[in-house]
Amino acid sequence: MALPSYTETRYRIWHYVYLAICAFVFFFLVAPLFVIFPLSFNAEEFLVFSEGMKNLDPDAFSLRWYKDMVYGTKNPWGLAAKNSFIIAIFATIGSIILGTLAALGLSSRHMPYKGIIMATLISPMIVPLIISGVAIFFFMAKVGLAATHTGIVFAHIILGTPFVVITVTATLSGFDHSVTRAAASLGSNPVNTFMKITLPLILPGVISGGLFAFVTSFDEVVVVLFLAGLENTTIPVQMWTGLREQLSPTILAVATCLIILSSLILISAELLRRRSERLRGINR
Amino acid sequence: MSSEAKQILTTDGIPLEVSLKKAERKNKIKAFLLVAPLLLFLVITYIFPIGEMFTRSIDDKMITNMLPKTFKEMENWDGQELPPEDVFSAFYYDYKALVEKQEHGKLGQRLNKEKNGFNSTTKRLFRNIKRKKIDESASIKEQMMRVHKNWGKVEYWQAIKRTAPPYTLAKYLKGMDMYFAADGSIAQVDEDRRIHRILWLRTLEIALFVTVFCFLMGYPIAHLLATLPMKYSNLLMICVLLPFWTSLLVRTASWMILLQQQGVVNDFFVMIGLVADDSRPEMMYNKVGTYVAMTQILLPFMVLPLYSVMKTISPSLMRAGKSLGGTPFVAFWKVYFPLTIPGIGAGCLLVFILAIGYYITPALVGGASGTLISNQIAYHMKTTLDWSFASAMGLMLLTGVLVIYWIYNKLVGVDNIKLG
Repeated sequence: MALPSYTETRYRIWHYVYLAICAFVFFFLVAPLFVIFPLSFNAEEFLVFSEGMKNLDPDAFSLRWYKDMVYGTKNPWGLAAKNSFIIAIFATIGSIILGTLAALGLSSRHMPYKGIIMATLISPMIVPLIISGVAIFFFMAKVGLAATHTGIVFAHIILGTPFVVITVTATLSGFDHSVTRAAASLGSNPVNTFMKITLPLILPGVISGGLFAFVTSFDEVVVVLFLAGLENTTIPVQMWTGLREQLSPTILAVATCLIILSSLILISAELLRRRSERLRGINR
Repeated sequence: MSSEAKQILTTDGIPLEVSLKKAERKNKIKAFLLVAPLLLFLVITYIFPIGEMFTRSIDDKMITNMLPKTFKEMENWDGQELPPEDVFSAFYYDYKALVEKQEHGKLGQRLNKEKNGFNSTTKRLFRNIKRKKIDESASIKEQMMRVHKNWGKVEYWQAIKRTAPPYTLAKYLKGMDMYFAADGSIAQVDEDRRIHRILWLRTLEIALFVTVFCFLMGYPIAHLLATLPMKYSNLLMICVLLPFWTSLLVRTASWMILLQQQGVVNDFFVMIGLVADDSRPEMMYNKVGTYVAMTQILLPFMVLPLYSVMKTISPSLMRAGKSLGGTPFVAFWKVYFPLTIPGIGAGCLLVFILAIGYYITPALVGGASGTLISNQIAYHMKTTLDWSFASAMGLMLLTGVLVIYWIYNKLVGVDNIKLG
């Protein structure tokens, strides 16, 4: 991005202005996340930087709110975390299975009505969440699955499959179908071919779709608010109520944990993406 | 040529064309069977319920089912003058049946919504029926008019007739602050009670501005990410992806901390002397908060499609533009910018559609002015339990989104949406 030596002064100035704008936007994107870290270690109950914190006084920092998060009696974070993980894991498994199968079908050149079916399959991504929430709630209430884990898992499978369908279809677009034909000509049956040849090759796409589905479920609050009873509270629901009633530092402790979790997910997603690009030969 | 082709047989003696078609069909079925589980699942749990929202939103069968005889008799009534004896007696018997089933209260309430005063009018009739004061062998019309003078007013009978159709668009009109007036025409509600139109406009305004802000901020950094060498851009990409993967509520919480009156942003303004310490501006619980928080939250959805499009534009195109005599600005505007339009389209569509259905962030940082259409839908779903109205508003919103999607598809094509 270095400027050539012949650049005129005004373009040189513009270039630095442009870089400054970019720096500001990057700061705007990331900085808010880092405000949470120090405040979650606040020894006091207020959500502002105390004088002690500004002077880096060790007494102004404590793990008080993390203790409250784990042992606190008022906050059912333990139950919420358990529910969130159970629901997200099952929803991810469901989304991966249904989504991968559908993507395999959609990538076949024999698939009839491809356009309309694809549109139907990814519609939960386009329809505003509130409408999905209302519709899913009507269905779950009718079949008696409202306020059950099963109902929420089904709802999250609906919301999560589009991501799996899209990522796996994208992976399959670079897939060389002659390898499956080679396997078939060597006497492998379709299931064996899928397990031994196709699946390992598209696995990065499947997993990154699964990560999307996991995050969608783990972070989803609109639909859960319609469906959940007291027993099915999840971390986002708990945060939503907490933020609406009063901002307690315990929420920041939870938020810090969630940021760490999302960093881990980000790293795995990035590694997968690079591996998948390498396999598809997009880079170099 | 074609007749010759038909002659070709496979080894089993079947014409090749037939055999090929059979194989083709088999492949089609195979592909379809793979898609079928998800398709079936979605149709049952998702597509049908959305359709059900529609029937629910126009459903007005309650009175239709409650007064079957009345509406049958009313078919012969022109609705101009007081109805004949037959209508009165049909209504009387329908109402009596309702009293026996103890459902007369619901009818009174529903009719009262159509015309004020119906509640007391029907209650008077109820008491007379309970005390067996109505002589069924005499003229019911005259007795009912004696029970309450409203039964002798034609407006009340017109109101009943208006509730006859099993379907109504009243909920949709209500969503646009309109209603069916007594004579059946469409009227506007009073100026000071037009809350829904304000909400629609505010939702549109916020979605539009957030899209514009996201575009203005997203374009430069997407350009930087796409033109920097790989090792730097990968590092900077994390700045985009980390917020993208972080929980929405976490990001909203951090904005609540930053924007509060004693918050970091205000501290900073005081420090650089922009505002006095005792006159810190409110930045939360108003539109400023909504704009700032939503722009930051939706920005990755703008950057990622832009980046994936810009990545494919060869840098030599800009060099060619400049070498042919364009200034850098002209080269950018005439060469680079038009090439990024698919990315701009995808990003703007994504951000706009997400913003128009937004609910959580405006509710938390927007205060009273942060109520959008989605909040109103949730309110009617949970608090007033007016599910048919919530369905009607939801479908109006959905129609809007689909129209935008359709326009976008015509202009740019949906195939350009990419994830990361």
